[in-house]
Amino acid sequence: MWRILRQIKRQGICSEAPPTCSDDLPAANRQIQQELLAILGQALTIRQVDAGSCNGCELEINALNNPYYNIEGLGIKFVASPRHADMLLVTGPVSKNMELALRRTYEATPEPKLVVAVGDCGCDGGIFGESYASCGRVANVIPVDFTVPGCPPPPLHILRGILTAVRRCRTSPG
Amino acid sequence: MLISRWIEDLEPLPAPLPMCSVTVRADTWRMVAEAVSAANGRLLSLWGSDRRQGASGSLVISVAYAVHEGLLWLDLPLSDRNVGYPDLVPHFPCAERMQRAAADLLGVVAQGASDRRPWLNHGAWPEDFHPLRREVTEQVSTSTREVTDYAFVRVEGDGVHEIPVGPVHAGIIEPGHFRFSVVGEKVLRLEQRLGYTHKGIEKRFTELPPLDAHRLAGRISGDSTVAYSWAYCMALESIAGCQIPERAGWLRALLLERERVANHLGDLGALGNDAAFAFGLAQFSRLREDWLRLSKEAFGHRLLMDSIVPGGVAVDIDPATADRLSHQCDTIEREVQTLRSVYDEHAGLQDRFMSTGRVLPELAAWLGLTGLAGRASGQAADLRCNQPWPPYDQLKVRIALRHEGDVAARVAVRFEEIFESLRLLRAILSRHGDGETRGELQLPATAALGAGWVEGWRGEIFVALEWSGESGGKGIRRCHVHDPSWQNWPVLEHAVIGNIVPDFPLINKSFNLSYSGHDL
Repeated sequence: MWRILRQIKRQGICSEAPPTCSDDLPAANRQIQQELLAILGQALTIRQVDAGSCNGCELEINALNNPYYNIEGLGIKFVASPRHADMLLVTGPVSKNMELALRRTYEATPEPKLVVAVGDCGCDGGIFGESYASCGRVANVIPVDFTVPGCPPPPLHILRGILTAVRRCRTSPG
Repeated sequence: MLISRWIEDLEPLPAPLPMCSVTVRADTWRMVAEAVSAANGRLLSLWGSDRRQGASGSLVISVAYAVHEGLLWLDLPLSDRNVGYPDLVPHFPCAERMQRAAADLLGVVAQGASDRRPWLNHGAWPEDFHPLRREVTEQVSTSTREVTDYAFVRVEGDGVHEIPVGPVHAGIIEPGHFRFSVVGEKVLRLEQRLGYTHKGIEKRFTELPPLDAHRLAGRISGDSTVAYSWAYCMALESIAGCQIPERAGWLRALLLERERVANHLGDLGALGNDAAFAFGLAQFSRLREDWLRLSKEAFGHRLLMDSIVPGGVAVDIDPATADRLSHQCDTIEREVQTLRSVYDEHAGLQDRFMSTGRVLPELAAWLGLTGLAGRASGQAADLRCNQPWPPYDQLKVRIALRHEGDVAARVAVRFEEIFESLRLLRAILSRHGDGETRGELQLPATAALGAGWVEGWRGEIFVALEWSGESGGKGIRRCHVHDPSWQNWPVLEHAVIGNIVPDFPLINKSFNLSYSGHDL
């Protein structure tokens, strides 16, 4: 126990400031928290769905949970079920074998049902494209609100994409 | 074992590791399987190819064995009327899923195989469709069939019930389906269904120009991008008879060891977390982030994608960067030493790790457990030690070996491999020298075979490449890529037997197998 406490003390807090979103969302933590509350009425919950990726995007989405990005501190949480989620974060070209599972996940997600496609493959099919085994981009299977290109996009870009999608959710009619 | 005693006409492939290929008949195919198995050789990979060209050529089933002397690649041509070949499962149980995948992709079957269920084909492809056959054209890609159910093996008895998990999992991980049969909390049986991320990679290879396809190789399994692109480039360079500059070899090893450390750091944190020790995740994920950020600064990519290219590397480092990389090794080593003593002394954590998910060495040998997980179960195989190719021949890699075969052993192997990789990294940085980082690559105008074989962080990555001799976009006739997860996924089914359901995530993480690398 002593070692653990000493290590925590020695390390201190290494969290960094969050990014501005592409719509120039204010960057301070408190403002992001308030913005999320104003738009969603609660913390933002995300269900990540790998629909056929190479796992590179998963590594970077996982990195969002490290202490540098501190996303739970912003009020963003990855949840275990689409039924608990405001947003789906979808990676990969959608494989034919995952198409049905992705549709069902989308159907199980309550409103506002935001969808962010992460990575070049999710945006346009990437290097895998469309084939007997791949449906290509995520938008070919379910409606997509925002895309984050990159192979894989670094964690900050993913976070920026998430915040932008939420912001647009408020500004879009209906 | 002396392979040459069994087979004549062995043709050595010009590669940095000892590899040879030969075409055999069915009786030799059987005999070699028996001999390799008796000599404790390993089945590395099994795959099928369509080598028909007009009236000549045929469908071919191939197998690669790892034996004491190196790699042995056998081709067995099949006749048109009979697309069967002798079943290898009696000698190598790990061949089963590979044979089922070959049946899906090429329509060739193992004679007498007991399990004929489709593996990669979930029913969404057109009927009687085998994507690796030459007659296949692209218009069939618009099939709208839905995936079908899978005939899981049912466990029956008083109080037995099933828990289905996936394909969409609860965490940020890849998709796959696990069907647990349990009594109370105890797992009686786990059956996996994989193939969800199958996106047609092997077919896609044949559509790409050979000098660009390393990018696809680097996206077979994102966590092993360096290992795959090295293996692909090794195969291509073998076909071209090209020797990469010495400095390119040093830089490739530098990248491969950085990839190993990055993955081990991530896994050690996640393993702590899966045993409810969130402190471990916070600490190790911070170290991993530091590591990836310096990778980005030094090589332009956090995961090092596209750093290895045909003929050499696309990255270079100046002395100042080399100093920073070396300095980071010292920092990370100190931090990991501190965290290792925290892990070692934490009774609650060790209680979860020890004796959980055990695979004893005898079972590991029989099932062909390979790579990192194999080394935690007494399987002393590490290509960097057994077949050291340049520059590993100058580095004297020390193998990390444990015999307990439990989660604790897989954790220990990771710790030891981090320390060894940090030692290697410093050695590489002190001697990588000057010179070219990329050589000329001239592909021949005749058909040829090439192979790549690299010890990635998870285990052996193997690439078998068939070159047609045609210039332009259609040069790659077949590119088979193999991930060690093929061998290790079935062993996970054994590792969880008798454990409790809540320990499954921990056991699964301790193997950390690739879905995408397996599903292709």
